[in-house]
Amino acid sequence: MAEFRMPSLGADMERATVVHWLVQVGDRIERGQVVAEVETEKGVLEVESFESGIVEELLVCEGTTVAVGTPLARIGAVAGGEGQPVPGALSVATAGRAAPAVAPAAAPAITPTVAPAVAPAAASAITPTVAPAVASAAQSIEPAAAARPAAQTRGRRRISPAARALAESADIDLDRVEGTGPDDAVTLADVRRAQRQPTSIGAAEPPALATGEDHAAPSTSAIRPAAPSGLATDAARRAAMRASIAALMSRSKREIPHYYLSQEIDLERALLWLENENLRRPVEERLLPAALLLKAVATAAVEVPEMNGFFENSAFRASTAVHLGVAISLRDAGLIAPAILDADRRSAGELMAALRDLVRRARSGGLRASEMSSPTLTVTNLGDQGVTAVFGVIYPPQVAIVGFGKVFARATVEENGIRNRRMVTATLSADHRVSDGHRGAYFLAAVGRLLQRPEEL
Amino acid sequence: MTDQELRDLVLSVLAGIAPDADLASLAPGEDLRERLDIDSMDHLNFVIGLHQATGVEIPERDYARLVTLRDTLAYLAARLHSGSH
Repeated sequence: MAEFRMPSLGADMERATVVHWLVQVGDRIERGQVVAEVETEKGVLEVESFESGIVEELLVCEGTTVAVGTPLARIGAVAGGEGQPVPGALSVATAGRAAPAVAPAAAPAITPTVAPAVAPAAASAITPTVAPAVASAAQSIEPAAAARPAAQTRGRRRISPAARALAESADIDLDRVEGTGPDDAVTLADVRRAQRQPTSIGAAEPPALATGEDHAAPSTSAIRPAAPSGLATDAARRAAMRASIAALMSRSKREIPHYYLSQEIDLERALLWLENENLRRPVEERLLPAALLLKAVATAAVEVPEMNGFFENSAFRASTAVHLGVAISLRDAGLIAPAILDADRRSAGELMAALRDLVRRARSGGLRASEMSSPTLTVTNLGDQGVTAVFGVIYPPQVAIVGFGKVFARATVEENGIRNRRMVTATLSADHRVSDGHRGAYFLAAVGRLLQRPEEL
Repeated sequence: MTDQELRDLVLSVLAGIAPDADLASLAPGEDLRERLDIDSMDHLNFVIGLHQATGVEIPERDYARLVTLRDTLAYLAARLHSGSH
């Protein structure tokens, strides 16, 4: 028997709210399977189980905020064969919130959902004690279950942070919003559309007299009663994100004696290689310069381990794995820096695919808790915005952050005359408790050297 | 494909990349990267989306011709009509 606990969600996250259970009591789960979605100041994250087994009890109901490390569920060993009936028939998890939004219209859709939940009720292995909060929620099981479509589809849905915020503030059931974004992700526009459609429950709002088509969202939202509270919540979320960033960065500046280095790196050879490579790659597999930069940093981190790891409890622990954090702007919603796991062991092409996937999930939902807590070294690239150099603030407990500015042209004097070379300024902010400028310079030099042989990256 | 269909198609690709942007007020001559806060990753996804939706091959050297909505439409229309895709 093992306890499944709220995992670490990054240095700045002390607590999180369980927003959805994606498993039910009696479900068999595998290590690495996403079992819940939790909400933090940095958005909704997917939480994986570190155990395989049977879900025996859910200890926290949806909507509850708990500290990191709090037991969330009890996972039991798989008893006997696989064909054995699962213990525990009814899911307390699906009850979740007290289900005021039961729409009769939704009822016909439930049949497939309910079926698995009514598994043989041999609850032998299950402790009869259920947390009080869970118990009361359990009473509303039927209507709650009826209001929800299949858990599987719900669990896999992508929901943009802005969409989720508006849905909550306007009390819109996301399960009933059709997603039209990439991978059927629910976008802000979808929620606005749903907001304008009177629901079958006899919504509190009169049907909006939209002047135009769906595109008229901004103007119609101005006359909606729900809009003000929606904005307030959006603002609150932004404030929470800012507070979270502020807390971590303040801690960094307070505790970490940063030193800063910068070096101009000749990218001409790497970019020519890249352009050539992209000519023969289908568009879906084309590489961005960022893929080469990340690969060079990850490889250099193996060479100079003082840049890669955690400083905790007054001591530095180098990491053998390189989990490369990538600072991703969420546009007006803040900043997040999840990791590409084992970046040093991936090819440039694989890194590119991983980066695309990570950026997509950072912006439309679906980041994993493990990706948030694992970066051993972070890279920030502000070249797209045109800055020439960025000196980052280290994310504790990491000990370094590498920055890249925009690619610029430089006339360089060479043996045969003057040539035009494309350059980038690479910077390093590193922790003086762990390394000195000499090692930092060696690290940046390694990044530069590796980028001169792109074909080997 | 009519001009209107092509326009709708390009806008739907953009909507997939910048889901929370207000595309209805996008002017044809506006710089898409600036207006929609599109970075190089978004731009690559834009090119991939255009390719998948139209079948037009867009080599990297042509990226500079996709700066505005108007440029993008003209570029795609020329290739679709010449049947070169």
